[in-house]
Amino acid sequence: MSGTRAPSDGRIDRNRPLSFTFDGRAMTGFAGDTLASALMANGVDVIGRGIYTGRPRGIVAAGVEEPNAIVQVERADGVSEPSLRATTVELEEGLRVQSLAGRGRLESPGDAVDAGRFDARYAHCDVLVVGGGPAGLAAALAAGRSGARTILVDADTELGGTLLGTRDELDREPALDWVRAAAGELAALPETTILLRATAIAYHDHQDILVAERRPDARTEGRLWHIRAGQVVLATGAHERLIVFADNDRPGIMLASAALTYLHRYGVVPGQRAVIYTTNDSTRTAAAELTEAGIEIVDVVDSRDGRAVSGSEGGDRLEAVVVDGERRGCDLLLVSGGWNPVVHLFSQSRGSLRWDDGLATYLPERAVQATHVAGSANGVFDLDGCLREGAAVGARAAAEAGFGDGRPPVMPAADGGTAIGRVAPIWFVPAPEGETAEARMFVDLERDATVADIRRATGAGLASIEHIKRYTTIGTAGDQGKTSGVVASAVAAALLGQEPGALGVPTFRAPYVPISFAFIAGRDRGALSDPIRTTSIQPWHVAHGAVFEDVGQWKRPRFFPRAGESMDAAVLRECAAARTSVGVMDASTLGKIDLQGPDAGDFLDRVYTNGFAKLKVGSCRYGVMCRVDGMVFDDGVTSRLADDRFHMTTTTGNAAPVLDHLEEWLQTEWPELRVRATSVTEQWATVAVVGPRSRDVLAVLAPELDVSADGFPFMTWRESVVAGLPARVFRISFSGELAYEINVSTWHGLAMWEEVMAAGERFGITPYGTEAMHVLRAEKGYPIIGQETDGTVTPQDLGMEWVVSKTKPFIGSRSHRRAENRRPDRKQLVALLPLNPDALIPEGNQLVAAGTDLGSRPVPMIGHVTSSYRSAFLGRTFALALVRGGRERHGEAIVAPLADGTTIEAWITDPVVVDPDNARRDG
Amino acid sequence: MLLITCPHCGPRDEVEFRYGGQAGVASPADPEALDDATWARYVFFRDNPKGPFAERWVHAAGCRRWFDAVRDTVTNQFLDPEPRR
Repeated sequence: MSGTRAPSDGRIDRNRPLSFTFDGRAMTGFAGDTLASALMANGVDVIGRGIYTGRPRGIVAAGVEEPNAIVQVERADGVSEPSLRATTVELEEGLRVQSLAGRGRLESPGDAVDAGRFDARYAHCDVLVVGGGPAGLAAALAAGRSGARTILVDADTELGGTLLGTRDELDREPALDWVRAAAGELAALPETTILLRATAIAYHDHQDILVAERRPDARTEGRLWHIRAGQVVLATGAHERLIVFADNDRPGIMLASAALTYLHRYGVVPGQRAVIYTTNDSTRTAAAELTEAGIEIVDVVDSRDGRAVSGSEGGDRLEAVVVDGERRGCDLLLVSGGWNPVVHLFSQSRGSLRWDDGLATYLPERAVQATHVAGSANGVFDLDGCLREGAAVGARAAAEAGFGDGRPPVMPAADGGTAIGRVAPIWFVPAPEGETAEARMFVDLERDATVADIRRATGAGLASIEHIKRYTTIGTAGDQGKTSGVVASAVAAALLGQEPGALGVPTFRAPYVPISFAFIAGRDRGALSDPIRTTSIQPWHVAHGAVFEDVGQWKRPRFFPRAGESMDAAVLRECAAARTSVGVMDASTLGKIDLQGPDAGDFLDRVYTNGFAKLKVGSCRYGVMCRVDGMVFDDGVTSRLADDRFHMTTTTGNAAPVLDHLEEWLQTEWPELRVRATSVTEQWATVAVVGPRSRDVLAVLAPELDVSADGFPFMTWRESVVAGLPARVFRISFSGELAYEINVSTWHGLAMWEEVMAAGERFGITPYGTEAMHVLRAEKGYPIIGQETDGTVTPQDLGMEWVVSKTKPFIGSRSHRRAENRRPDRKQLVALLPLNPDALIPEGNQLVAAGTDLGSRPVPMIGHVTSSYRSAFLGRTFALALVRGGRERHGEAIVAPLADGTTIEAWITDPVVVDPDNARRDG
Repeated sequence: MLLITCPHCGPRDEVEFRYGGQAGVASPADPEALDDATWARYVFFRDNPKGPFAERWVHAAGCRRWFDAVRDTVTNQFLDPEPRR
């Protein structure tokens, strides 16, 4: 027989029927049902299948610890979620439920966008109580009454915890009356917040607790709460555990407490003829309660009497069990193998655990954070004890947070309750036929793992529970071994001839229950996953069809294709314009730092490898920064605005790290220097006008400015009015061409760009992007920090001894003199000219010496390609590369073996392949 | 996420800070006087204790000031109630 709905009883609303489908079959449940209770009431026995064995599996539990009843649920609004536990899904009208037999199939990424919408909230409180059962309610009352800011979170749809599934009484009234009164009192407290459907999933350092709150009636499906709690009370309860015997996985075998919860809370009769198999006192009223519901009690098997269930029979539903060698016909087996306190959060918070022989389980031992544990999570299983401990712990937590006197409030008296007494654990019941049956003794139902798997692990020499976990996969499924972890540890200990508590349990990891990535991501998805930075000129780029690339958070135009033009063709055209006429580029993303103070020049002398203290006002200088290890960190042009003021530029991606670097040295090593560093990246827009006709363009825009080569020489800057706008014009070049970088207020960036375009029209001014910029600078051998360099490259490796002072100390100067950094076989920057002028070596490609036998492994690699382009100016391809002892190899051949098995041969040359005499920069 | 007390701004989430490694590593007064091995020890070697560790932090997304703090690397608890500098 299968489960049926009881004619009355339960906390469901029989006036609100809800229809749903399970694998296409129409079914009906009631408001207040979980999906699991509704399936059981509809007579469904088999909900899942063993992922490896394919054996039928039914509902085992009534909560998050359920290992079998895993389903895909599509709601009426079309949102579909996989791998939900039917025991934690509230029944709703129109749910379409699919069983998920087997190992599952990963949908293609394109189909798998989670349509769910989630939020995040941040909260602070004095006392956070996790769990709204009797202990948690008592703790919340004690804390809340003290005036402490208290948050009570509970995963269920209503407060009460296990009391919702029992018939316990308090002060000779139904315990649920007290629950209702307590909930009402808490709701009325001004500083107390109750979160229902809210599962605390992680307890991190410094009292940082994550709570996943489902919100079925809100516009978002859930909120991830980040709660920073002064004190934490864990009243997280306990999970009953199964007993391992041969064929212990048949539908109809379930946890004893779960069966009673289905009966009392959901009004579902889980079977007709029951055997109870127990190890402790928590089942002592079960027989009477089942009998009252019309269920026949066939036998009560108590391990403390030396009796055992050693096997089962049946197909898709239990038909009989074997008790002490005798067959007992039944369709329901209630199992209580003992109880595992839910110590997950306590353990996550770094609290230690201890084995308790009397309860045959692990209990919290010593807290590391401000953590308190109450109730069955702490090994207290009688209702009276839970209330008293909850009240005491709640009052103590509030007092430690500075509220109240720490004296616990009076709690009602429990009559009887569910103490469990001493547990006589049965870790696994040997089968009459011997070890062969161990492959049917299931320890972890969700992982389909058995005693035989554990025996294989211990037989292979594994003696650590962490190793056994990974070898057997026990505890690694979505339930994370909530019902199986302690059992697996004890079974392994038994096979190793050790005591049950000898091995401990594997590390408890967040999240306590599975949650979707969409839940974690919240609003930080798509365009909101990372800030997008754009320059003031961005609208023009968009309007003119720029193809963008991401540079850090910046969107930069990569190239500006004409209709039908390929990237290669566009870049060649843009490069040619800059070398033959005039090009224009948006350089606003360059990092800019304003340095002020009487010691600014001295400071720059210390952070740059070359000297700046003597730089004249009105002049600019290229500088290289190293870290203390002597490796290149950043480069850029810094200009002197006044005796005590410099304008520093950094690479786009390093703007923030360079500012951090400057501040670190100013604050921690040289606090005596009077210098202030301020980022002004966002304050200035920069329009780079590049090429032989750039002077003509500037002359049109700034008629009052002397733009002659003598009047405005290379590496100087001028304050001027350009196109009617106040501007700083820097005559610097990242292309080797005559060039001016016009800096204006960001507000004027777009206007300046448009003025430059208009003034340059008669010269065919051509906007170019980062790709052409890269080609132009590479032709001149200018490195890009982070492309030619990787944190292991010195200025000397780049052939830039000329920028390294030999007379002053600077950050990294001592490291340059380390023998390791002076080795002649270090990788040094060179250019490569492929013999075939059309062959483009892939960037990142390894390089080997000419004549190397590529069939003899390992192949000695002597370098790698850092940049590789087609040069419009040279009419051929070229590359930059770092090659061992490269400076001594100019004129030699080198080989790039490609991934496809072909090779490209190239000549090694000086890194400057265009205009080595710098004849072009004066126009 | 750690809750770090900035001596200037008060307790703030870890995401506002950047880590600066071991505190109290003095820059050699005269690097040129050191042999390569001694200099390399200053550049590359840091303590990695199990237990209290004096380290540097900067409140990068706040006041941007550097300070020292002592953290127990086992428990992640900060041991000095009032971080210095």
